[in-house]
Amino acid sequence: MDLITPGTGLIFWQLFGFLGLLFILIKFAWKPMLAALEERESSINNALKAAETARNEMANLKAENEKLLADARLERDTILKKAQDASVKMIDDAKNDAVKAGALMIENAKAVIETEKKAALADVKSQVAALSLEVTEKLLRKNLSDDKSQKDLVDGFIKELKLN
Amino acid sequence: MKRKLLALSLLISAFLLVFNSTTFAAGQEEDKTSFIMHHVKDSHEWHLVTLGHTHVTLPLPVIVYSGDRGLEFFKSSDFQNHETHAFGEAYAHEGYFIDEHDHLGRSDGGSFIEFSITKNVVMLFIVLIVVGWLALSAASFYKKNGAVAPKGAAAIIEPIVIFVRDDIAKESIGPQYKRFVPYLITLFLFVWFGNLLGLIPGAANMTGNIAVTFVLAILTFIITNVNGNKDYWKHVFMTPGVPPLMLLIIVPVEIIGLFTKPFALMVRLFVAITAGHIVILGFIALAFIFESYTIGVASTLMVTFINLIELLVATIQAYVFTLFSAMYIGSAVAEHAHADH
Repeated sequence: MDLITPGTGLIFWQLFGFLGLLFILIKFAWKPMLAALEERESSINNALKAAETARNEMANLKAENEKLLADARLERDTILKKAQDASVKMIDDAKNDAVKAGALMIENAKAVIETEKKAALADVKSQVAALSLEVTEKLLRKNLSDDKSQKDLVDGFIKELKLN
Repeated sequence: MKRKLLALSLLISAFLLVFNSTTFAAGQEEDKTSFIMHHVKDSHEWHLVTLGHTHVTLPLPVIVYSGDRGLEFFKSSDFQNHETHAFGEAYAHEGYFIDEHDHLGRSDGGSFIEFSITKNVVMLFIVLIVVGWLALSAASFYKKNGAVAPKGAAAIIEPIVIFVRDDIAKESIGPQYKRFVPYLITLFLFVWFGNLLGLIPGAANMTGNIAVTFVLAILTFIITNVNGNKDYWKHVFMTPGVPPLMLLIIVPVEIIGLFTKPFALMVRLFVAITAGHIVILGFIALAFIFESYTIGVASTLMVTFINLIELLVATIQAYVFTLFSAMYIGSAVAEHAHADH
């Protein structure tokens, strides 16, 4: 058989053998296989896409949570600050009220003391006046002529006074 | 692993050497190398082993069709000397004979067509069975298990299918690649397994036979031109962007180009595989020519080395044949805008 002249028999068998193989494999091997491969590839792609979506959703959720947390923190801080301000104001107010009340009480006390003092002085004055009138009356009544009798009279009065 | 492979191939080569030396050591100078061409060409019988002077061969069917005698079946052993297994006109049988060059002839000179199951046809059947069995068992895996991770035969075939689909068909053909993937996968597996099985000692040089590569190239040629679109034919007969006078030269060149493409496919695979076989056998023949142990060891090492290269060539040639087929088909179905020419 020749090297570079194709033999008719081999051409015949090769043509029909190869075509037979081709048609059998297309029908029973490559079609189901390529379909299965495509199906698998698409399922892998879908799974990857789903995972990507889930990851994005997770990230969104996390961001949202963080935002909520930050908002809550901010609100807490505001409330705390307000409460603090309120308490400071209340203390200040109480202090001011106390100072005012104290001042008023002192004022009242001073006024009362002044009134009492005035009343006491008036009393003393009236008593002194009464006493002076009494002494004068007694002196006048005895009709005093000399010094000795005047002195005795005064001493008598003083003894009388002491007895009182 | 590499070391084991090397040792194994050395062993095989050494075995081949010893076993062939018994065949040819006693022969004449020309006999010492004639086995090379005998192996490379097709034959009506499958010569397995020669032990001393006993030839162990597999006789193959000889099938002939002639207008006057119809379809006839013979055995190759009908046409040879039973002692020497030599063919010749002297051993004619029922009006037919096989001559010294393994050609079938008709004693009365009448015309006939031969459909014999030659050595390469048997090899062809083996390759068809191996490829078909592998592909069908791979497909049955998907039928049973659905779209899951591959195992067994599917794990062998699937990477090849994906490689041919994504790296050859999709890249070279473009958006319409899906129609051609089954042909390209079958082509790749057939050529690849043909090349690999041909490297087994004693196997036939099937993919290195021009009839086989001729048929494969013709199939690619038919698929290319049947699927050729308007752009493709316009490119051949009214090449755009060329002055009318130049068309007188360009159009014949384009028409010749239609045929040179499959011709190149046919010759490339035939030459690459046949040359590989010749080189390996040439190195083996050195040992018989020089009848020296030193040369024997050296040529064995070389044979091992060339065998490893041939494994590479087997794959590259299968890839190249498939790739070029895909590119030719791609050029026929491409929807290209002519602005970029």
